[in-house]
Amino acid sequence: MSLIVNKKVGDSLRSPLILPPVTRIDLIKYAGASGDFNPIHTIDDEAEKAGLPGVIAHGMWTMGNLAKLFTPYLEEGYIKTYQIRFLGMVFLNDEISLNATVSEKTTEEISFEVVATNQEDIPVLKGLVIFSLNDSKNESSFHEL
Amino acid sequence: MFVNIIRKRSNKVLNVVERGAVRSFVNAIDDVHPIYIDEEVGRRSRYGQNICPPTFPCIFDYGDFSDVHLPNIGLIHGEQTYHYNRPIRIGESIYCWKEVKGYKEKSGKSGTMGFLTIEEIGEDKESNKIFRAEKVIIITESVRRELIK
Repeated sequence: MSLIVNKKVGDSLRSPLILPPVTRIDLIKYAGASGDFNPIHTIDDEAEKAGLPGVIAHGMWTMGNLAKLFTPYLEEGYIKTYQIRFLGMVFLNDEISLNATVSEKTTEEISFEVVATNQEDIPVLKGLVIFSLNDSKNESSFHEL
Repeated sequence: MFVNIIRKRSNKVLNVVERGAVRSFVNAIDDVHPIYIDEEVGRRSRYGQNICPPTFPCIFDYGDFSDVHLPNIGLIHGEQTYHYNRPIRIGESIYCWKEVKGYKEKSGKSGTMGFLTIEEIGEDKESNKIFRAEKVIIITESVRRELIK
């Protein structure tokens, strides 16, 4: 696999990662692991009471999934900023594609435009990842975030 | 509404980053990479220890605002940001709290919506900031009416 440091502006991190269709078990597992038991994510009746056609994925489930595009590169650096705007709902059986494209690059960090889209190519979330190439062992470099 | 709660802070809460919690979290987002779960890989990595994925702090306890009560139903998560000084390591102790950063209302065709911004902080024992998160919660007209009652 190529190094993240060799990516140029306009390059994608990889070919889009397409997740398997969303299942109820995916959302039950995420509810358990994250502690977010809002029932609109798992129970149809509760989703309908909230005016939804059915259960919807936790926004954080999709955001968590998108970050894994960067996991293979964690020996080169780490995610310094991860900023997301949730744009649309994700329903059961949706097929979500995850994408990251280099938007800016310096010797210290690489910025990516990130987006998750559904099977109709409608963005469900969009945002920015700044990947730091600095050595994080140097903790004397603590700064105000 | 909510204007009087801006700047309100929660109590600080100690969170210990548990290996099992990280394993179950990376399982749930299908991101089961050795850097998160394999001890030997963690030890040999540039971090000297297994680390956590960037959205993991959503499981932490950030304490409570003493007199701010939000329903946990009917709110919409609008935006979420994480800023890191370094990744979070498994096993470390993190002190977390949150603060109400702002509230504004916007009127549109579906009524007046509220936008509540909450900041969440995690720091180490020496009070060095490890991460800062910010979330925007959208409060719809119908939920807002319930809250005003």
